[in-house]
Amino acid sequence: MSTYTATVTVRLKHGVLDPEAETTKGALQRLGFELSALRAADVYELDLDAENAEAAAERVDEMAERLLANPTIHDYEVEIAEAANAK
Amino acid sequence: MTVAVIQFGGSNCDRDAVRALAYLGIDAERVWHEDGLPSDTTGIMLPGGFSYGDYLRAGAMAARSPIMDEVRAAAEEGTPVLGVCNGAQVGSESGLTGGAFTTNKSARFQCEHVHLRVENAETPWTQEFEEGDVIEIPIAHGEGRFEITDERYDELESNDQILFRYCDEDGNLTDDANPNGSTGNVAGILGKTDSVAVLMPHPERSTLPDIGGTDGQDILAGFQA
Repeated sequence: MSTYTATVTVRLKHGVLDPEAETTKGALQRLGFELSALRAADVYELDLDAENAEAAAERVDEMAERLLANPTIHDYEVEIAEAANAK
Repeated sequence: MTVAVIQFGGSNCDRDAVRALAYLGIDAERVWHEDGLPSDTTGIMLPGGFSYGDYLRAGAMAARSPIMDEVRAAAEEGTPVLGVCNGAQVGSESGLTGGAFTTNKSARFQCEHVHLRVENAETPWTQEFEEGDVIEIPIAHGEGRFEITDERYDELESNDQILFRYCDEDGNLTDDANPNGSTGNVAGILGKTDSVAVLMPHPERSTLPDIGGTDGQDILAGFQA
């Protein structure tokens, strides 16, 4: 068993309106910054023990499917790395 | 018969729902989610509120609580289930109904009276109406924008699963009358069967005559159908 850190990035599917991101973009523009778009995403970091990186990815993928993302509106990515504090 | 109004941590329309149902002569009681469904449950209402602080997404946490397994099983057996506001978000997140309710287009919490057009009058929740009737019911939500894939939206339409759409007082489906930017002005939809429905507007807030409006009565009466 090894300890892995999984990073799950959940973002709205392309084309799904993100009013919070639009509002944040507007606030940056009011502060005088120039930008053409702002996209927001949620990032979750999970530490878990698994036989190998593949097994870790599989488990985290299911976590994203069942809770962290809503498949109707979200896409997500899972990245697996050896945990920084792993022995 | 008893309608179980399921109370999650952070539900806040459960008392209103019980009171509105009682006013209509429908036996109802609040049920704490950890206690499970009472054996004499003949209907289930998922009330409004802010269950679990809307953590992750509105309704996401409550939708994964164990009692929702019981609710899904009861729904499969034909027990009427009505999700209102946060209850609609819970119903959607739990898979009882399709699509998703997410942040209003305005990015603001909106608390106002809206008009709804009855799209399907052949359900327990709308049998007192005619298709095309316009009713007035309040909304109070920050995450009520109905989103769904194009493919699933077409299915909803062809299966007649759209219950209510936001409209103006004459029944026109305009952008101005769409308070949250919902796809197709959708305000409420049906699940796999007519006995399962979710809607963002609050029928229990337009049931008691002394708080303004009674158009919600006929929706809640669906529990008697």
